[in-house]
Amino acid sequence: MKISTEIINKHGISSEEYKKIIHLIGREPNLLELGIFSAMWNEHCSYKSSKKYLKTLPTKNVKVIQGPGENAGVIDIEDNDALVFKIESHNHPSFIEPYQGAATGVGGILRDVFTMGARPIATLNSIHFGDTSHPKTKNLLSGVVSGIGGYGNCIGVPTIGGEVKFNSSYNENILVNAMAVGLAKKNKIFYSKAEGINKSVIYVGSKTGRDGIHGASMASAEFDDNAEEKKPTVQVGDPFTEKLLLEACLELMKDDSIISIQDMGAAGLTSSSIEMASKGNIGIEINLNKVPCREKNMTPYEMMLSESQERMLLILNSGKEKNAEKIFSKWGLDFSVIGKTTNTKNLVLIFDKKEVANLPLNSLSKDAPVYDRKWKKSINSKKIDPPKDFYNKDLYESLKIVLSSANNSEKNWIWEQYDQTVMGDSIQLPGGDSGVIRIHGKNKGVALTVDSSTHYCLANPIVGGKQVVCESWRNLIAVGSTPIAITNCLNFGNPEKEKIMGQFVETIDGITQACTYLDYPVVSGNVSFYNETKNKSISPTPTIGGVGLIKNLNNMVTKNFKEIGNHILIIGKTSGHLYQSEFFREVLDFKEGPPPEINLFNEKNNGLTVLNLISKQLVNSVHDISSGGILVALSEMCFPSKIGAKITLPKINIKLHEYLFGEDQSRYIAEVKEENIEKVSRILNDNSIYFENIGKTQEKYMEVKNEFKASLDEIEKLYKYWFHNYFGESI
Amino acid sequence: MKSSVIVFPGSNCDRDVAVALEKFQIKNQMVWHNETILPKCDLVVLPGGFSYGDYLRTGCIASKSKIINSIIEHVKKGGLVLGICNGFQILIETGLLPGVLLRNKKLKFLSKNVFLKVINTDNRFCSNYKNKDIIKLPIAHNEGNFFADDSLIKKLEDRNLIAFKYCDSQGKVEKISNPNGSSNNIAGILNDKKNILGMMPHPERLIDPILSGEDGSILFTSLLKS
Repeated sequence: MKISTEIINKHGISSEEYKKIIHLIGREPNLLELGIFSAMWNEHCSYKSSKKYLKTLPTKNVKVIQGPGENAGVIDIEDNDALVFKIESHNHPSFIEPYQGAATGVGGILRDVFTMGARPIATLNSIHFGDTSHPKTKNLLSGVVSGIGGYGNCIGVPTIGGEVKFNSSYNENILVNAMAVGLAKKNKIFYSKAEGINKSVIYVGSKTGRDGIHGASMASAEFDDNAEEKKPTVQVGDPFTEKLLLEACLELMKDDSIISIQDMGAAGLTSSSIEMASKGNIGIEINLNKVPCREKNMTPYEMMLSESQERMLLILNSGKEKNAEKIFSKWGLDFSVIGKTTNTKNLVLIFDKKEVANLPLNSLSKDAPVYDRKWKKSINSKKIDPPKDFYNKDLYESLKIVLSSANNSEKNWIWEQYDQTVMGDSIQLPGGDSGVIRIHGKNKGVALTVDSSTHYCLANPIVGGKQVVCESWRNLIAVGSTPIAITNCLNFGNPEKEKIMGQFVETIDGITQACTYLDYPVVSGNVSFYNETKNKSISPTPTIGGVGLIKNLNNMVTKNFKEIGNHILIIGKTSGHLYQSEFFREVLDFKEGPPPEINLFNEKNNGLTVLNLISKQLVNSVHDISSGGILVALSEMCFPSKIGAKITLPKINIKLHEYLFGEDQSRYIAEVKEENIEKVSRILNDNSIYFENIGKTQEKYMEVKNEFKASLDEIEKLYKYWFHNYFGESI
Repeated sequence: MKSSVIVFPGSNCDRDVAVALEKFQIKNQMVWHNETILPKCDLVVLPGGFSYGDYLRTGCIASKSKIINSIIEHVKKGGLVLGICNGFQILIETGLLPGVLLRNKKLKFLSKNVFLKVINTDNRFCSNYKNKDIIKLPIAHNEGNFFADDSLIKKLEDRNLIAFKYCDSQGKVEKISNPNGSSNNIAGILNDKKNILGMMPHPERLIDPILSGEDGSILFTSLLKS
């Protein structure tokens, strides 16, 4: 069959790229081979637009065991324990089919983690939706949340943290970023690099169906009016089978049967077989008649491009096949020897005893196109005058507006749909600065957080990129953990546009600056481009998944106030930056101006000093100050234990609203007992850290001296039930 | 004391409950659903999770497992059975406990800590709750809405076969403290002989002060008393 221009276009291959294919293989590809190229060369799998810049990210420190390039990143958390984690996007499928899109996003990221020999111990997610008044938002939100829950709850891994945000830039392109974290032994990590010739290539898990064909290509293009028609490219998840696959894989991993293992994620059998063989610099031959199929008469093209879920590819040591088969059949899973490793450095596919494809592996991986896309500097938002009367806004009314807004209200409606306590090691549940999971059987734990930046990054991508890394770092510090490393999910529009590419390049610059300064490297992640519909792109949205270690769980803190009569300290300098703040946005509908600047020296100094105070048990509660500023952060510390606060404004030269709603960075609130206040002040002074003692905890009232005094119950009602009201549910 | 935790494909609280049993010196063994003979033990635990994916009806396929007959024999001999969450659903599907577990009234999965009033302390599972009748435990389920017709409810109430009811922090059993729509706020029930307990909340998840409570521990220490 002659490959027409139309067929080439349909595969998302440009005419330049097609010429390159012919050059690389010395002939025209057949349709199956073209499909394979399309699956490997699309943006989602090849990172062809982002590679150049991803290389600039810091990826190493003394704790990093495995950086980017594997199924997930791996860090050392001492005592021969290793933490395996990664975040990934499932944006496009979730917009087309919210339940299955989100569910398979969770399934895919869990597989990335247990493929490496780790038992998943936590998941987190960052989800972004359009304006709350947009007609699609309600359906997408409830579908995504039940999809995430449906998968994670069934497989039995606690969801320990996350965030949800609303902004009209996501009206036609929602974001679903899922992160999974697993625990492995440092000396028992499994990798995807194939080794040895004539070793069995084994397919395990679910059967291959016709779902998800060209899923990765779909995720590498913009949406138009016909997004609905792309439903067949969305995979359908089966968490029950994944649970069986997880247990079977971990059982097989107890001995030394496995040489290499790779899950079939985006681009299914194609990318898994190619990645394994090309990493090992060997060849691979697959007999497609051996692939377990769910439907009859599936063609080689369909088998190679299906993205059916819950499948794995293994390369086993000779002689280990029988035992492995026994384990998989115990768990009721398909097990089939579908091929072998070869020394040809080619991918060879056999079907009905005929060779149906034969491609040099390098042409699919190492020689795949890499682009140096044109980009232009962002026009950063300037300081223009805010509405004149904002100093007259009633403080208490303003606080109520911010706390009762979709973006700042409590998210219990969502968390309660996720099993947060299965596995019995959930120490801090969603809603705090970080989730905390105890390392099973030990008195140490890991702190986990996901954070993204929308407004800040749009207004200034470099500052926004820095800020989101710092926010993540701060959230880990605030529970008493030492931040170690991050995984990132970079969600952007169409990189072929100079403006979008500029946002990407500059955001990476910001992330790199902050990660380098804080020694907080990137160990895994993914890039999601083409979050764009009819020429309208999402705001640039980097999502950062941060991981920290708490060596002694007795030294952990939470954000809720513990006792009445303790001092309340603001650690870090408040200069009253209101541009891009929730106060301007929610109360005044004013969205202009630059985001708050980040001073990396102060960030690190403040953070490490707060960590020192926590480890010396000198503070009773700690909370970082982020969106909404001091007043919102204080309220969040009051609600859980129903302990109030009475504060007096320090005598400094900024206005009331600026002090209480400003979003200056690198700040924390700490609760300190009378008996510790001297010591704490001394340590802060010794480290040249600016701080203010603004008042004390008190009984159930929030009070700003000379301004307002309100009962916590009254404020909390507004904070707690935004989602219930949105969905018209009884409380 | 010896226990057997039954592991079905899709169970996901099997390890958690085994950890809890061992913490309280109950010697435990994991038993695969395909076994036909139950090892000698005093207590059988059916753990939480999604046995067989709960694809047909929660607990339904598991109730037809090979191991079930020997569990029924164990019950007949007076042996103890504890079913937690999916385990409770399986007990109902096998007919070892009456009633039915419907989807939660809001048709959503619900994971949160709830207050429970311990109604019956005169059984092997709850005797140590005598001095503490309002407890806090986590629930995490989609189908925990216990439904029974009036005559069954009357029987359960009259014969004191209700182990736990959802309540508020003060112990008031009211509609507002009912998280899933269960009849009479029922969270756990016993069989006539009181050697079987089925409950939706997860005692195995609250056995450590660092997990914000130990109210689950009391159930396991009760079991140790003979």
